[in-house]
Amino acid sequence: MSFNYLSTIVFLPVVAAILIAALPKLSDALIKRIAAVFTFIPLILAIIIFLRFDRSSSAAGAIQFEENLAWIPSLNAFYHLGVDGVNLPLVVLTAFLGFLVVLISWKIDLRVRGYFACLLLMETSILGVFCALDLLLFFLFWEIEVIPMYFLISIWGSGRKEYSAIKYVIYTLFGSALMLAGILSLYFTTGSLSMLDLAKSGLGAFTPVIPLSTIFFLLFTGFAVKLPVFPLHTWLPDAHTDAPTAGSVMLAGALIKMGGYGMIRICVSIFPQVARDYASLLVIIAVVSTLYGAALTLRQTDLKRLIAYSSVSHMGYVLLGIFALGQVSLTGAILQIFSHGFITGLLFAVAGLVMHNTGERDLKKLGGLARQMPIIAVVFSVAGLGALGLPSTSGFAAEFLVFVGSFSSTIVSGIQVYTLLAILGVVLAAGYILWMIQRVFYNPVLEQYNGVKDADVLEKIYMFAFIAVIMLVGIYPAILTDIINLGVLPMVSLLG
Amino acid sequence: MNVELFAPELTLTACAIIVILLDFVINRKGLLAAVSIAGIVISAGFTIALWGSSSQAIFNNMLVVDNFALFFKLLFLGTAAMLILASVDYVSKFARFQGEYYALILLSTLGMMLMAATTELISIYVALELTSISLYVLVGFLKDPKSTEASLKYLLLGAVASAVLLYGMALVFGFTGKTQLGEIAQAIQAMSPQAPLASPALLLGIVLLVAGFGFKIAAVPFQMWVPDVYEGAPTPITAYLSVASKAAGFAIILRVFNSAFGLPNWLSLDWGLIFAVLAAIGMTLGNVVAIPQSNIKRMLGYSSIAQAGYLMVGLATVGFSPAADTLGQSGLIFFLASYALTNVGAFIAIIAISNKVNSDLIEDYSGMGKRAPLLALALTLCLVSLTGVPPTAGFMAKFYIFNGAVQHGLLWLVIIAVINSVISAYYYFRVAKVMWLGKPASEEKVPSSGALRVALSLSCLGVLLLGIVPSSVIRLAELAAKMLIP
Repeated sequence: MSFNYLSTIVFLPVVAAILIAALPKLSDALIKRIAAVFTFIPLILAIIIFLRFDRSSSAAGAIQFEENLAWIPSLNAFYHLGVDGVNLPLVVLTAFLGFLVVLISWKIDLRVRGYFACLLLMETSILGVFCALDLLLFFLFWEIEVIPMYFLISIWGSGRKEYSAIKYVIYTLFGSALMLAGILSLYFTTGSLSMLDLAKSGLGAFTPVIPLSTIFFLLFTGFAVKLPVFPLHTWLPDAHTDAPTAGSVMLAGALIKMGGYGMIRICVSIFPQVARDYASLLVIIAVVSTLYGAALTLRQTDLKRLIAYSSVSHMGYVLLGIFALGQVSLTGAILQIFSHGFITGLLFAVAGLVMHNTGERDLKKLGGLARQMPIIAVVFSVAGLGALGLPSTSGFAAEFLVFVGSFSSTIVSGIQVYTLLAILGVVLAAGYILWMIQRVFYNPVLEQYNGVKDADVLEKIYMFAFIAVIMLVGIYPAILTDIINLGVLPMVSLLG
Repeated sequence: MNVELFAPELTLTACAIIVILLDFVINRKGLLAAVSIAGIVISAGFTIALWGSSSQAIFNNMLVVDNFALFFKLLFLGTAAMLILASVDYVSKFARFQGEYYALILLSTLGMMLMAATTELISIYVALELTSISLYVLVGFLKDPKSTEASLKYLLLGAVASAVLLYGMALVFGFTGKTQLGEIAQAIQAMSPQAPLASPALLLGIVLLVAGFGFKIAAVPFQMWVPDVYEGAPTPITAYLSVASKAAGFAIILRVFNSAFGLPNWLSLDWGLIFAVLAAIGMTLGNVVAIPQSNIKRMLGYSSIAQAGYLMVGLATVGFSPAADTLGQSGLIFFLASYALTNVGAFIAIIAISNKVNSDLIEDYSGMGKRAPLLALALTLCLVSLTGVPPTAGFMAKFYIFNGAVQHGLLWLVIIAVINSVISAYYYFRVAKVMWLGKPASEEKVPSSGALRVALSLSCLGVLLLGIVPSSVIRLAELAAKMLIP
């Protein structure tokens, strides 16, 4: 039997979480090292999988590194993990962020044990969601993340942290209740929990317990809360703003991606017909999300809140790419998920550094920091340019694909108009990103920030890692798009 | 008749007597708990040895030994063992009568084991009374005003419920002329379809049976006793009431309604509908009223009313499904097992905490995350499981039981149940919030004895195992459920 890459990747972090929680008398430094080692190995394994992944066109739609064991026979549930072009980039993304957030958290000194246990448990949860190919397993992993995230925000957060944390939990539980209802009704209709079988066989042969479109929207709403989609996005600015830096990075970088992934893997693959029928509506929602999110971003004066709102806008592109239902647009959506994970992850990480070093995150009170923290200023600018989609960053490649793909999509009528409207979001993004960079780094130098620290060695390391990936994908996007295409092709063939 | 078929019960009886006698001669009362546990372990050993054989009747068909009964016997024995372990600290509250305390727990367990095994109306009643009378005494064991009030309330309402139950049994007997469940079923099926409709006696009898048993399982509208009794009783007994006593009630309902009233279909649809309506009202009322509670035992009291509602979804499924289908039964049995583990775990953590802080108010749990991180973690896990969030037993149990319900056309009930689960998150998570985010009233650590920690870790481990790899227990539940098919 071959080595179970995916199980190892998914479960190593939780093993570390248990070790950290259970072993008494670990020093804080040792806990951090354990966390680093147990997230570094999954990262290496994820890269190995990425390199060994069969990219030949004959592998289109094939699940690789598959693990399939009977789990609960009487419910027809399987412990089924596997990667294809759709989820492999996301597994790599999460493993990457999982390791980097440990480095980002190196200076945590409040209740270190609990902090890292929560962080690691969350990583397992997200990785599990991306690897699972069984609906029940998917839901299991999906729910595990709520509680560690709740504690991360409410204990190690800042500002109105308890309010934000409970708001996050309530929104998430509301979404997952609807999603569970959707999964249940899908299961009662078909008796199967396998995402692959359901996508392959289609739902035509079954009499659904409730109309298929209702099931679709139950699931969609569950994912939309997470993505988040207007008007279900209001938890996000609070949670992102008040979470600790590593929490924000993980939340914006990997966690909200579960929503987009779920839409592609479940809503589009299993319900291609319903997705076609309602694509126009969903594309309109995507445009509203993009523009409304961007407009709100423009008027933020809090550094983290600004980045948080920009996520709402950027996730609008993902939604647009998904429900334009074209091969290129879907590829672009997945690339955007990946790219946004790194870019916004880096933005939050650097914003965290600015906050930590200056003790301030109000844009009105910041300024001129380029002199006092030149390295941070450069990195932040690079990340910002990525966010506004400058060529040679991954942000450009992703947004380009989304817009080109949507514009040329034949499935939604009038999509060209919607695409053009969404492109306005890029203009707005240029506005808020450049304005933010200017207000933080380039106004007149302020006396009180003389002597604030710039990035130290560790911080330089992880910032470099982020930038390396952003540039690599920006310059040579085919490294990912080739793979993503393999996963998208069978879906597109279903859409007809 | 083979004595070994009755060995688990005999062992437990002997053990109860030994504990009372030992109490006279020894001073180290900890030994009493050890002897009780030993008796339970031996009894459980006999029970396991009997597992898997085909159903065998004993005492002139009054009792039956089958997988269904054995599954429940193990459940009761396990619950009793955990609560005795958790009581070791608690019993220091009453210096005298410790022997009686343990003996009464054993005797009520014996009563429940008999309840799971009876197939005849009169022995059902006897087993029920054996359980109840032991519990009436145990509820009043603290001898303070609240405990006494609780005991009296429980006794009076319990007596009324017994009377209702007896009346129902009398009507069923009068209508069919039989007390054996199997023979009752035959008598009903032998009648012309119009006969039961012509005289409402049978239906009235069934309704009265539902009412009588409904008291045991705290189904709305027979739940009035729950909050006061739960609050006043010694905490281990509260846990015992909320878990074992409820499970016994469901065991006997399953047995009676499945064996005697499973056919014809219109009959089972009738009582299925009764349970469906009671389930909907029960979960909604339990969850909504639990929200404003400030006493954690009262809150868990209302929570247990809500949980009884979810369990009755299983009963409704049994009524709605064709006789050969056991999805409802096995779902109910699995739910009971996970509910037992979860609620026992929650109560053990509460016993440990309230021993130290001497209060059951939720606000006094403030900052427990710092004072007793492991207890707080365990309690949080159990509350998460009660809410029904993965990866805990509570989620799997709900998934399994709701699955059965939808397959038999009870989608509306499942929607109500899912909405209720979301409502319940509010008050369960509130306790977690107070524990982890509140300011501790003092920095003093909360100690817990070794026995209690063992019981707590067992139940938490069980909650996680059933939540992640439930298939083996589901298999056992299915085997047990198969026995109910005539």
